[in-house]
Amino acid sequence: MKSIIVKKLLAATVGLALAIPTVASAADDTIKLGVAGAHSGDLASYGLPTVNAAKLVVADINARGGINGKKVELLVEDDVCKPEVATNTATKLVSSGVDVVLGHICSGATKAALPIYKNAGVAVMSPSATNPELTQSGDYPNFFRTIASDDAQARTQVDFALDIRNLKKIAVVHDKGDYGKGLAEFAKQFIEKSGKAEVVLFEGVTPGAVDYSAVVQKIKRSGADGVIYGGYHPEASKIVTQMRKKRIKIDFISGDGVKDDTFIKVAGKNAEGVYATGAKDNSTNPLYTAAIEAHKKAYGEDPGAFYDSAHAGAVALLNAIEKAGSTDLAAVTKALQDNEVATAVGKIHFDKNGDAVGVGFAVYQVQNGQYVEVK
Amino acid sequence: MEYFIELLFSGLTRGAIYALIALGYTMVYGIIGLINFAHGEIYMIGAFTAFIVSTVLSILGFPLLAIIVLAGLAAAVWSSAYGYTVEKLAYKPLRHAPRLSPLISAIGMSIFLQNYVLLAQTSDFQPFPELIPEFDFMEPYIQYLGSSDMVILVVTTVMMIGLTVLIKFTRIGKAMRATSQDRKMAMLVGINVDRVISATFIVGSALAAVGGLLIASHIGQINFFIGFIAGIKAFTAAVLGGIGSIPGAVLGGVILGLTESFATGYVSSDYEDVFAFSLLVLILIFKPSGLLGKAEIQKV
Repeated sequence: MKSIIVKKLLAATVGLALAIPTVASAADDTIKLGVAGAHSGDLASYGLPTVNAAKLVVADINARGGINGKKVELLVEDDVCKPEVATNTATKLVSSGVDVVLGHICSGATKAALPIYKNAGVAVMSPSATNPELTQSGDYPNFFRTIASDDAQARTQVDFALDIRNLKKIAVVHDKGDYGKGLAEFAKQFIEKSGKAEVVLFEGVTPGAVDYSAVVQKIKRSGADGVIYGGYHPEASKIVTQMRKKRIKIDFISGDGVKDDTFIKVAGKNAEGVYATGAKDNSTNPLYTAAIEAHKKAYGEDPGAFYDSAHAGAVALLNAIEKAGSTDLAAVTKALQDNEVATAVGKIHFDKNGDAVGVGFAVYQVQNGQYVEVK
Repeated sequence: MEYFIELLFSGLTRGAIYALIALGYTMVYGIIGLINFAHGEIYMIGAFTAFIVSTVLSILGFPLLAIIVLAGLAAAVWSSAYGYTVEKLAYKPLRHAPRLSPLISAIGMSIFLQNYVLLAQTSDFQPFPELIPEFDFMEPYIQYLGSSDMVILVVTTVMMIGLTVLIKFTRIGKAMRATSQDRKMAMLVGINVDRVISATFIVGSALAAVGGLLIASHIGQINFFIGFIAGIKAFTAAVLGGIGSIPGAVLGGVILGLTESFATGYVSSDYEDVFAFSLLVLILIFKPSGLLGKAEIQKV
């Protein structure tokens, strides 16, 4: 009995030893695109659309004869959005000889995996990790993303408030949550740095509280000529409603947590005139509509979260390899920065930090019961 | 000074709502010594009933005043039916069980009702129609006191007076007081204790339903989860005032509302709950029976 197990183990070891050179030799005639992210577990709905996007882009490119005469091969690995799993995922991809990686999905998992790719000289492109540190810290020169970072949204809000609306005194209110407070803190920081306006109030409200009139009084007393709110729509609609009832007619500027039709439905006529930033509208971009159509044709349903940015990321990465003529990190990085590429999220290239230039946020305003982009 | 008055009124409005819900907790506790944790959900169901009835009536073209009255009545009746049923299903079979059992059963009922409404009405926030119009004569003072704040204060006061009359001067009120003093003795002198308990649940539920209608119209939105936080705050108010005491519930509600409003106004809304619950802890340390509660607990 024991000897059978030993024999099997031996056979497996020999098999593995034989398999490794096979992989290495295969690396010469295909380009290996790793796809990492949450493909199972409670966050799978964020990760699986990226796999679909990669499959469609790769099938398209291979049908056209591949890149520089080489076919593209997909290596899909699950990280369940957990940092501790993501390091294993990254190690596994690197040891399988991956050339570039599309992913990871969650900011935490991405941060854990990046040093491993960095040591291996692999370029990484995330469609969804929005944590500002990932690009701005400068620690990960191999990291790129096709989604705007959290602070970019606050930057859009502040620029709009200061330059377009000419606000001088701004009340910054948030819901004490990670997303809302994070946005509000960036907004506060940008307003203070600009020197053009002052933050007259910075405060968190309790989500779900029965009444916000005391906060609303405080906004009024602060003499603010505008409110920047970080948080989601239920609180925003309560605050706006109570502001309008108290005849406080100052600007209310919020983020993509409020750029939601439910907000307009719930706040009703009080929603009129409210500003909210949201992802740029791509519906007029033919590449965007083509990508969505391809998904519908292949899978019979609408794509899920981050599908468009994942599609754009895959196109940008493979395009850079084609332009660079190699999968070497330095060459790919240079190609990503120098060449503008048309993608589902618009014409983009990448700045020295790795953030996509050309993606970002637009400001919308509620007009006659719907969000309209403010030009 | 102007700012102080504004905060005072916003605190009073909030306190009035807390008091309206807290009465249900305090009455039930006074009669059977149970904390009815499903009471916040009764408030939520009242708000939903008012939402559905007022939407239907406004489609049918009823005048606003009729809509308010009918929606209020429907909410009170429907919530009372829920309160009555909850008591019969979840608490009555456990009346002689250890004290912990009905408490757990109450928490179970609360979670059940939340999920029941969630399945029936989705988790989305729904826009609640503005049932209380803005009065013209309020216009110059609207920054101190909006029309819905004023209606909330007036309606709450009227309901409290009505409740006092009910308990002091009616037969069922007398029976309630007797039951709360000594349930066994009340039974021996011929009071139908089960009926008294049902009546308590019905009255408490109706008050909470009116609170649900008022607050939903005031803030303009409802969803299945609004009962949870309102319930916790009202329960805090009841304990603050001395659970089992009716004037205590009102006083506790008002004090809690004012504390939150002034803490927000003069310190920061970051600390709204910190001040509210610190106050609760302090009062329980120095007067464990609550502000108006007596050591032997004067019930109802």
